[in-house]
Amino acid sequence: MAVGTEYLAEQPKLRTSAIVLSAVAIAALLAAPFFFYPVLVMSILCFALFACAFNLLIGYVGLLSFGHAAFFGGAAYFTAHAAKVWGWEPLAAILLGAAGAAAMGLVMGFLAIRRQGIYFAMITLALSQMFAFICLQVPFTHGEDGIQGVPRGYLLGIVDLNQPLAMYYFTLAIFLFGFFAIWRIVHSPFGNILKAIRENERRAVSLGYRVDRYKLGAFVMSAALAGLAGGTKAIVFQFATLTDVAWQMSGEVILMTLLGGIGTMIGPVVGAGLVITLQKYLAASDFPVTVLIGIIFVICVLLFRRGIVGEILEFMKRKPKGTA
Amino acid sequence: MSSAPLLEVRGLNAWYGESHVLHGVDLDIREGETVTLLGRNGAGKTTTLRAIMGILRRREGVIRLRGKDLLGLPLHKVAQSGIGYVPEERGIFASLNVSENLTLPPTVSEGGMSVEEIYTLFPNLHERRSSQGTKLSGGEQQMLAIARVLRTGARFILLDEPTEGLAPVIVQRIGDVLTALKKRGMTILLVEQNFRFAKKVADRFYLMEDGRMVNSFPGHELDARMDELHEVLGV
Amino acid sequence: MSTIFGIPTPALYGQILIGLINGSFYAMLSLGLAVIFGLLRVINFAHGAQYMLGAFAAYLLLNWLGINYWLALVLAPLAVGVIAVIIERTMLSRLYGVDHLYGLLLTFGLALILEGAFRYWFGAAGQPYAAPSQLTGAVNLGFMFMPVYRGWVVVASLVVCIGTWLLIEKTRLGAYLRAATENATLVQAFGVNVPLLLTLTYGLGAALAAFAGVLAAPIYQVSPLMGSNLIIIVFAVVVVGGMGSILGAIVTGYVLGVLEGLTKVFYPEASSIVIFVIMAIVLLVRPAGLFGREE
Repeated sequence: MAVGTEYLAEQPKLRTSAIVLSAVAIAALLAAPFFFYPVLVMSILCFALFACAFNLLIGYVGLLSFGHAAFFGGAAYFTAHAAKVWGWEPLAAILLGAAGAAAMGLVMGFLAIRRQGIYFAMITLALSQMFAFICLQVPFTHGEDGIQGVPRGYLLGIVDLNQPLAMYYFTLAIFLFGFFAIWRIVHSPFGNILKAIRENERRAVSLGYRVDRYKLGAFVMSAALAGLAGGTKAIVFQFATLTDVAWQMSGEVILMTLLGGIGTMIGPVVGAGLVITLQKYLAASDFPVTVLIGIIFVICVLLFRRGIVGEILEFMKRKPKGTA
Repeated sequence: MSSAPLLEVRGLNAWYGESHVLHGVDLDIREGETVTLLGRNGAGKTTTLRAIMGILRRREGVIRLRGKDLLGLPLHKVAQSGIGYVPEERGIFASLNVSENLTLPPTVSEGGMSVEEIYTLFPNLHERRSSQGTKLSGGEQQMLAIARVLRTGARFILLDEPTEGLAPVIVQRIGDVLTALKKRGMTILLVEQNFRFAKKVADRFYLMEDGRMVNSFPGHELDARMDELHEVLGV
Repeated sequence: MSTIFGIPTPALYGQILIGLINGSFYAMLSLGLAVIFGLLRVINFAHGAQYMLGAFAAYLLLNWLGINYWLALVLAPLAVGVIAVIIERTMLSRLYGVDHLYGLLLTFGLALILEGAFRYWFGAAGQPYAAPSQLTGAVNLGFMFMPVYRGWVVVASLVVCIGTWLLIEKTRLGAYLRAATENATLVQAFGVNVPLLLTLTYGLGAALAAFAGVLAAPIYQVSPLMGSNLIIIVFAVVVVGGMGSILGAIVTGYVLGVLEGLTKVFYPEASSIVIFVIMAIVLLVRPAGLFGREE
């Protein structure tokens, strides 16, 4: 499934252009709040990080989690509760959310990696649905109402996050941190073993790797990063609700990743940007968003399984071959 | 000898994924003939059978049965044009009992054996007709795999290493069955490593090496060519 | 009034009956999922949507065309089966060569489309569907009063499950299906039209879901979301049972339904998650599922 990053690393020319592109992208993100509605961009950043975290599993270990909403939404609840009820500083609250998601990831992952392929997807879906039911019943989540009016607070006690720009750059910093953490993981020896497992699990086992530990490790990291995204979202939007833990949310993050390109670094970011923008514009219209999401799913699966970025990379990869 | 062959293979190339495994194979089998493919492991004998059946889909060249092109047909139409296939791994289904295994392949033409006739020919299968297919011994499974295609009325049978790993008594039994089939006018394409077995039943031999046909000769020349064969086959 | 563990027995029997009814739906749906998965290697996420379609078909047949319940019980599965056949021919069949996960994603997308469209047309709220007059009222079983319709659902689902099981285990078509589940290529090499078999199997599985939907219409409200909430529980049921065995899927469905009903009596807070908890325990103790074979 993966195209792209390994290939980019092998091509000095493309590598340079990748660095240039990254610089341009970061510059664009720094300037974005002056041109776009900051809340929209922040929303995209949160979901982009969520999708990148999800992609760490599907793209680099080949595990399709259908339950990532539990980590995203769960962390949102934890962060919201810490910030609102305990009055925690926002960064600490977000880190608590990520840690909570990691702990959940450890439990869910431990159960789910006992089965493979399609069963893994069903198990993660079922476990996250169980978590959603729990969220509906326990008092701290406030049931259907969710946790509303979460204070953004002062970052490290100094920076007032009620300032839109401050909030924006804080969100951007978290996104970039998460994105580069994933980049580091993927390009580390650990990441190479993950890819080896994805390519041929039996072979990895016969080479002596404790495959289950690697899978679980990746699962926990993915959950923690999804939690980082969810916690940040709770601070940005100042609420946490059942929507974020529902199975539809797990479906959305799959769609973002699939649309952008499974197993590519920036595919999930592109996918998240498109889906969130689309949802925002459709929210004003009468057209049912779910139907559109379903249609995009069907089109992606049938026509371009590599996703937008994946198809572009594949095209670039073929071109030199064709001319040589 | 002047009549058109039953099966005509011309310039057959085939691929497993990216690897090119058959290189321009030519093969003729006349009605009622028993032809044996010889060759080392990996020479392309099983692949040739799979390519003729259409199980291996990536093929180029010509495969004609009674003048009718097989290459363009979907897999299930190939069997329906009158070929019975007995795969190397025998392909007995674990979730079916012996009698279900026996009656699984649909009838492809008139004149196949009835279930009663088959049970007369293979009394063991009758005794064990309610057992799970894969609970049979290796020899019984091979009998079942052969019996299965006799019911369908196919007049042309592809047999892939029917004696592999079986005790001499069973090999003898299978030899008797093949002789009986020849008497009924069946055409057989056999892949076989066991010379002594093949010599008894084969009218003609083809020798394969590295995905190519390298030689062909009539059955009675087998003994005279033993040295040459030993060299090619490395036995 | 008699009690068991401090619970009045009528309440206990009542919950067991409700559990048996939920179990009937779990059994019918997991059976369909297992049959489809066995042959197509596709987890049919649209199974819930097809169940919902069945219920809506009954509702629309009644309200638009005045067609009664009994005819709907035949027509709705037929209509949904035909839709499923079209889906299989035009879309699913293109995915057999690629990773099985894409089949799941495609059917997930289809489920979203169907659900979204029905929510757009009919709203999220449920629509009532009256049980047929022949099946109204209740009978006294001696230890409890049982609504006739509920009894009918249990009986009908048992008949359908056993019928499907017999079809698979005892008929020629079933033999093709079992053999093709093991080795589709070889079955096709014997001259069986396996692509057609795949299409029919998907159609049959969907029709089964639609039949369950019609049965459900008078009990639960007919609503666009009735399927997806159910299908996730059915996934857990399927994980518990393992998809290797048809009978296993049926038995697991009923048993888990009853266990869920009992939980409602003894510890109601946990009733919505008990099946998931059981799934987690089964994964710890017997990862392949109770009736599953390790792959």
